[in-house]
Formats: sequence, structure tokens, C-alpha cells
Amino acid sequence: MDFAITRINSDPEVNRRVQYPPPSRTNAAVTVAARFEIHYSQFVDPHGKVVAALPAFAKDPAALIPLYKAMVLMRTYDAKAIALQRTGQLGTYASMLGKEAVEAGVGAAMAKDDVFLCTYRENGVQIMRGLTVRELFLYWSGDERGSDFSVPRHDFPICITIGSQCLHAAGVGYAIKLRKQRRVAVCMFGDGATSKGDFYEGINAAGTWRLPVVFVVTNNQWAISVPRKTQTAAQTLAQKAVAAGFEGLQVDGNDVIAVHHATREALAKARSGGGPTLIEAVTYRLGDHTTADDASRYRPAEEVAEAWRREPVLRLRNYLSETKVWNKAQEEELLRQCNEQVQAAAQAYLDTPAPPVEQMFDHMYATLPAAYAAQRAAILAADHGADHAG
Amino acid sequence: MPRSAPRYSLQTMAQITLVEAVNLALARAMADDSEVIVLGQDVGRDGGVFRATLGLLEKFGPERVIDTPLAENLIVGMSIGMAVEGLKPVCEIQFAGFAYTTIDQILNHAGRMRHRTRSRLSCPLVLRTPCGAGIHAPEHHSESPDAMFAHIPGIRVVYPSSPKRAYGLLLAAIRDPDPVVFLEPTRLYRLFKEDVNDNGEALALDTCFTLREGTDITLITWGAMVYETLQVADELSGQGIAAEVIDVATLKPIDFDTILASVAKTGRCVLVTEAPRHCSIASEIAATLAEQGLLTLLAPVQRVTAPDVVVPLPRLEHHYLPGRRQILAAVKKTLEFA
Repeated sequence: MDFAITRINSDPEVNRRVQYPPPSRTNAAVTVAARFEIHYSQFVDPHGKVVAALPAFAKDPAALIPLYKAMVLMRTYDAKAIALQRTGQLGTYASMLGKEAVEAGVGAAMAKDDVFLCTYRENGVQIMRGLTVRELFLYWSGDERGSDFSVPRHDFPICITIGSQCLHAAGVGYAIKLRKQRRVAVCMFGDGATSKGDFYEGINAAGTWRLPVVFVVTNNQWAISVPRKTQTAAQTLAQKAVAAGFEGLQVDGNDVIAVHHATREALAKARSGGGPTLIEAVTYRLGDHTTADDASRYRPAEEVAEAWRREPVLRLRNYLSETKVWNKAQEEELLRQCNEQVQAAAQAYLDTPAPPVEQMFDHMYATLPAAYAAQRAAILAADHGADHAG
Repeated sequence: MPRSAPRYSLQTMAQITLVEAVNLALARAMADDSEVIVLGQDVGRDGGVFRATLGLLEKFGPERVIDTPLAENLIVGMSIGMAVEGLKPVCEIQFAGFAYTTIDQILNHAGRMRHRTRSRLSCPLVLRTPCGAGIHAPEHHSESPDAMFAHIPGIRVVYPSSPKRAYGLLLAAIRDPDPVVFLEPTRLYRLFKEDVNDNGEALALDTCFTLREGTDITLITWGAMVYETLQVADELSGQGIAAEVIDVATLKPIDFDTILASVAKTGRCVLVTEAPRHCSIASEIAATLAEQGLLTLLAPVQRVTAPDVVVPLPRLEHHYLPGRRQILAAVKKTLEFA
């Protein structure tokens, strides 16, 4: 078994702790049973400079403007969500600050009838899939109607239990393959999820049947307070795919071109029967884990400041400006549009009355069993919500 | 059991065992609906460790009868993905004791998918697993997690106790639009045979089965203990006592109407289960009788259960399972109550 893949930007700290590659064997009876490398790709560096031959879709810088617009909308939405939470108008919210390039790169690569399975930090992809910002605010306010997406109807709801959706993705992939469709399941999760059995079981199954699934792990270095190096001694998260028998690769998650290119290729491969791919997008969680977290308790300010120098939105703006396809007036107009859209969505959310009480019963089963009808009637009659309101 | 073709191919009405009835229902469901998929460990070439899926691979092919990697949580989690995409997966976990690792998927996802998406998505899967003690099996092969599953919102729990009911209830479970945990009494898999008509007719998923009518006492049970309870009813009949025997069969939701009506008629009730007592289904039924049927009772409700201990290994398990004598003693106590 020989995995011909390229190499990484390795974490020097991991390299110090793990001897890799292993010392060579001198015993003639010992042969190499498997060998692998993990490729890392980056096209635009943190300064907005092109460092590698651009893929076809990025040859014309103007073609990247839609990706940039999507990223700015995400950042505007994210800031508004935090502001709403801080003013008591939204529940706990998980910021995606810093991973806009991962979101835009993946979101723009997917087809409408592909299936998206994600965690709570993928609202950016969801917006690109067609979810409305109002639906997302509804979700974060604690209203199940926020998961009744108007578009796309077939995408999975946000999965909060870490890694569980990797198994669902394998099932979706199996269903797609069984029906000989050209769709793909795209499954996203964070670095912490790669420590879980669900992740290993999911990628293992996807490899076994060469399922049309693209796994994207956002390695933002932190699982709440636990750093990446505590999750695993593996040099990369991408190499976990090797154990499942398929390709894993690493991209600069702050370079939207790198993310988009890798995702496009992985989707094309999956669509043509080539099986799954694991993409590790290396980025940094610039915000707290959620609005209920205070990251300054466990990580140094210098590290965060350093990460801001690599952040994805400014990088792409610099590139677009330097290639003369983006100017100040366009920027101001975009910010105005994004603010307007998000403000309108926030108002529409705030104007949405609470769901009717009976909804807590009416979607438990296709038809509520008679045995629970009395409970439903009792809750509706008692109005005991008044005791706990506020 | 010989690896011969299943009986369903030979005749429609047959004297078959409970496990053969499961096999018959699976074959029928797969023939009727191409969206029905069977998956699990060893369900394909091996026909399942109990042969419940025997012959399905040959008949329906490896794409629909899937030998999975050895990972229970994968089996259930994949089934959720398939079900949301519109397939009707029927997955097998080899023993109920190995289904504990899947509770995250059942509780956090299968039981919630419809609710959390406001019915945009649903999860019509069936999780089949052999359940219960008394087959001299190694550790973890004799569990009774019926109450544990029944505590989970958004799912149904079904536990047949005869070939006919296994056939009809499994068809109903597969056709149901919501997730169903289908427990199969391992001890009854091959204990007796019954005429089963392979007519494709499903039974209701929220109705008790009154197996025997009587006026003096109501014996309520489910799973493998139905067998002993019916024997006790026979014995009582010889003593001039007419016991009504109810097989609850659908443990979530429970058909309390039938139970309350029976107890209103007899005034006396003994509940029989092989699960440990604490928070058992028997406790739930006893509580409901206390809430809604107290004034119809002539005596306190008695529970005959397993003790609150780990299921013993085979050398002691016959002391663990409730037996006819325990049931009779509870009946006597109930009948003698002034």
C-alpha cells in the first residue's frame, strides 16, 4: 500500500514529541507495509501574495469576488449574532470568526442537491446553501423552526453532539451510492471531533464502501480550552484518512482558494465514483468557543494576535485590491448591503412570535400516539409556562 | 438450524419459530419495498448470528443486505443517515447488551430528527436486537434494556412474544414512519412454533394483546415471560381461577386503555417482567394503575421482576429469571388480599 501524497506544514511541537518518520529498520526480513505523505496546499499567503500556480477557477481574480462577498456577509452576520446575544436578544451563539474562508470555499463548491451535515460552527456554509439569516437567528434563539430550512429541505440540521454526523454522512453516502445518484454528502466538524469514535467509525465505513462523502475538518487549534496537540499525537488530522483507506490532505484554511480548490476536487472525485476524501483546513478560532466562553482564561493574547495576522477576510481583500478588481467604494457598498441584509433578518427574527406550545408534541411522531394525547391536552390547558417564563 | 432456504419460499402458511417469523417478515418487507435495507454485523453471508436474516443476501443482493464493519454505533448512525435520505433501514445489533453504545445515536438523533426539524426530516429506521436472559450465553448477552429504550422520547419500542406477533409487529415497525426499537426474545426464538400466514398484514403498534380472557385476575407481561405467564394461567385454570393474560408487546407507547379496562374487570393485577425492578416497565404500569385505576383495585398490584443485580452468568441465571413459582406466589398473595 503506497499513498502518494505530498507534505505538510508540520507543527514543530508535535515533531519534537513524535519521532516521524520512524527510524529505519535494518533487519532484512522487515519490509515496508505502507507509506504515506500528506500534502499541504496554499495559493495566497497571509500578505495576499500568490505563492503557487493558481487553479483555473482562480486565474481571473474577479471570479473570487463572490467568495469574498460571502465571507463578508458571514462576518457581518457573526458580529450581529454576538451583539444580539450580548444584549439579551439571542441565546448562546458559537462564533465562526476566523473560518470564513473554510465556509466560503466549501459552500461555493457544493451543488444544491448535495447533502450538508455540519456542526454549530458552519452557519456560513448554510447561508451559502440557501438558509436565511433569519432562520439562523431563530435557531440560536432556541426555536426549532430555525432547523426547518426553507432551502435546502434535505440538508441535515446542526449537530451539536460532537462527531455524530460522521456516521449519518456514511449512511447518506450509502443511500446516494445505492441509488446511483451523482450527489455527495459533505460532512464538517472540528479538530476535537477527530478524537471521537464516531469520526473513526464514519470515515472507516466511507472508505470501506468508497462512499461519495467529503469530510472537512476545521482545525481551528482549539476544542473549547483543549489545544490541538492534546487531541492527538498525530502530526496531521488529515492522515487519519490514510487509516481509513482514502486520501487525506491539508490546506491553508485561511486561503479560500486552497479550501475551494481542494473541496472542488474532492467533490468531483466523489461524484465520479472515486470515493471519500478528508480535507483538513488549518485555521484559527479567533473568537471564544461560544458566547458562554472566555478564551482569555486559557490561551495567550499573543497567540491570538499572531493568528489575526493570518486571518482570511483581510488576506483575500488584499489580494483583490492588489489585482485591481476591488476598491474602497465597492468595499463600502458591500458592507452597507451586508449590514442591511443582516439588520433586516434580525428584525424579522425579533418580530417572529414564539412557536405555539403544541409544537413540542406535534413533531414527535408522524401521528401523535393516543397515549400522549392527554399529556398534550394537559400542557395546553395548564399554561404552566407562565411559572417559568422570563 | 440447517442453512436451507427459508420456509417462506415453500408455502404461505407454515408452522414456524419466532426467529423464522422475523426472517419471513424481513423477506416480505424487502420484496414489497425496494427502499427496505438490512444491515448489521454478519447479517449477509452468515445470515445473522441467530439466522434471522438467512437467505436475504441471496434473494436481495449485497447492496440491500449489508455486512457492516464491526461497530454498533456505526450501524445505527448509518441507519439514521439512510433513513433521513428516504431509505427504510432495518439494522441488527447482535445482542441488546451491545446496543448500549448506540444510545447516543438513538436518543440524540433518531428520536429527535423529526422534532428538531419540525417534521422537515424523519427517521424511519428499525433497530432489531435479541433481548433477555435464559440462553446460557456469555456476559452481556442476556440484557433486558426495554425500560431504558422506552424512556427515550420520539421512538417506539416493540417486544413480540410469538411467531405471529413477531411477523405482524415487525412489518408494522418497518412500515412505521418513525424509529422503532424492536426487541426479540432470544429465549423464545426457537422454543415453540406457530402457524404464520405470510399475508403481509401488519399488526397495530400501540395495542396490547389479550392472549387469554379471565375475570379473576389480570396478568400483564411482555417478552419471553409471556411463555411462563401463560403456563401459570393454565395452572390457575385447573384451580378454578380465571386469569386474563395481556401481552403488552408495544412498550412505547403502551396501550393503557386495554390494561385499565382489564384491571377494572378483574380488580387484581400481577405484572411480570424479566428486567430488573427499579424503573422497569412494570413500575410504569403499576404507577398508571395507581393514578387511573386505583378505585377499581381490590388488592395491591404486585410486580414479579428480576432483582436489581447484574444479570448472573449462566450458572446462576436460572435463579435470576422470575419463574412460575414466583408468579404463582404473587397471584396467591393478590387473590388472598382481603
